[in-house]
Amino acid sequence: MRRLAQCRRMTAPDRRIAAFVWTCLLLATLAGLSLWAILAGPFPLSFSDLPTLSPAQHSVLFNLRLPRLVAAIGIGGGLAISGCSFQAVLRNPLADPSFIGVSGGAAVAAAACLAVLHQLSFIPLPPQVLIAVAALTGGLASAALVMRISRVDGDAQPITLLLAGLAINALAGGLLGLIAYSSSDPTLRAITLWLFGSLDRAGWSQLAVAMPAILIASLLLWRMAPALNVILLGEAEAAHIGVKVAALKRSAIVLAVICAACSVALAGVIGFIGLMVPHMLRMLMGPDHRGLMPLSFLGGAALLTLADTIARIAVQPAEIPVGILCALLGAPFFLGLLLHWRRNPVLT
Amino acid sequence: MLRTENLSYELHGRRLLAPLSVSFKPGQLHAIFGPNGAGKSTLLRLLAREWLPSAGSITLDDRPLGEWPAAELSRHRAMLPQQHALSFPFSAREVVELGRLHAVRQTAAQERAIASEALAACGASALAPRSYAQLSGGERARVQLARVLAQIWRSPNGASRYLLLDEPTAHLDLAFQHACLRLARDWLQHQVCVIAVLHDPNLVLSYADEVIVIADGQLHAQGAPAEVITGALMQDVYGLGADRVQTASGGHWLAVRSGI
Repeated sequence: MRRLAQCRRMTAPDRRIAAFVWTCLLLATLAGLSLWAILAGPFPLSFSDLPTLSPAQHSVLFNLRLPRLVAAIGIGGGLAISGCSFQAVLRNPLADPSFIGVSGGAAVAAAACLAVLHQLSFIPLPPQVLIAVAALTGGLASAALVMRISRVDGDAQPITLLLAGLAINALAGGLLGLIAYSSSDPTLRAITLWLFGSLDRAGWSQLAVAMPAILIASLLLWRMAPALNVILLGEAEAAHIGVKVAALKRSAIVLAVICAACSVALAGVIGFIGLMVPHMLRMLMGPDHRGLMPLSFLGGAALLTLADTIARIAVQPAEIPVGILCALLGAPFFLGLLLHWRRNPVLT
Repeated sequence: MLRTENLSYELHGRRLLAPLSVSFKPGQLHAIFGPNGAGKSTLLRLLAREWLPSAGSITLDDRPLGEWPAAELSRHRAMLPQQHALSFPFSAREVVELGRLHAVRQTAAQERAIASEALAACGASALAPRSYAQLSGGERARVQLARVLAQIWRSPNGASRYLLLDEPTAHLDLAFQHACLRLARDWLQHQVCVIAVLHDPNLVLSYADEVIVIADGQLHAQGAPAEVITGALMQDVYGLGADRVQTASGGHWLAVRSGI
């Protein structure tokens, strides 16, 4: 709490310095975690092995550990930026792609696509592209639906938004169950992965589709940071300051859905990262998106790398799906947030 | 000049503003006066392009309001809204700096100076480092006023600027109500047109150059405050008895009688 009080007294240059310090710290943390993620696991590698790798070690490093690390960084960062953008556009600190139904919608569409993949062979596209496109369609559809439902007099109401997300998530859960129930064994295994969220499936060919999309969408969202700051004042106020509110909202939501849907196509539903990371960073360095967004990306990347490495080595040689770990970590955090807000209501 | 031509507004078939043709001139403080729900804020929102007119037209400096690009318009006119909600922990200074999004950017040091001066003008210098969410209603109103002033702090190549204030004195204590309107009058000297929704007839009498009285979405009266704001008007519009008193300095004062 004392930290928080200090942060509120910070002036703008102080906050810039804080942002710089946190960037350096997070980069160092991410580098350290990455090294750990590469070396740790059921087939241990050591730092001294790296220059002279045996063929087996080479294969483990380049075909298993590295793509998985890249996936953790891209997905963690993408989910955090996506959450951060939804929170800004909806002016709701509780918005997270998995809460408002976007991840659920994307997962249903991706699972449906996977279940009928063998019947889609007439489409001359690689399966990972098909699944990503399906996830994106599902994500956009549920985002549009949630926005539509929660809009009262042109403004998205925080509580209605979360309730609409809850309903869409329930629907998504039912549809996922239906798809899983009616599909064959190998499909069932892949769909189970989506239900839990795991980076196990991430290979270079999947990454080649998802990573560029997530990175480009994240950079474009970062470019919107000054306008996203202004929209926090309110939509009418932002329009008076010269923001083209409707266009900004539309493009920010589409880009945030791209980040979330590509993550879902790759690794299923991993919740709470988009909620936890921007929230913690906002407490540390204030809500200015110019600094908050890149830091959220780094923070999300570091958190998911950490969670995924723990998920891999905790019950060696088996592994826990990382989505379960994130939920175990995130749910208490979310409860803490709710308790904190009950005492200091900021949601109007 | 900000001019309306037969401007009217309807919402769900209900007429909120009857056709209205008025003009607002730079260098003058225009007050909009009238009861709750009379259409004052509607008029202000139309002037700010927050809502689009159902019929009629608005021109700003002889150019239809709808043709102004959003960013350019924001350098010429700023609007202070009634509500000041913000659920993210910006500091007061950051809130003021948000107003500068589309301003012609100065160096970082000059930008900081503009935010400081705007806060100082509104008597809010001491609030600068504090979290906006923790300020009182009156303090928030002052920070928002500073934000609006910062938005049009410099005139783009000497053009007129327009400051729209929706109940700027709400939430403010007596001293700051007067400080706020004195500040608005200072700005008049720099080619600024101030349009303010006011509820206190005595503030209108003391500070406005011209007043528009709106009742039931209709223009009720218009002109110099000393001629318009009379006991008869208060009876017509509010059903309140009131006596006009001439002060020693030659000004006017309206004393509202209690209903008993």
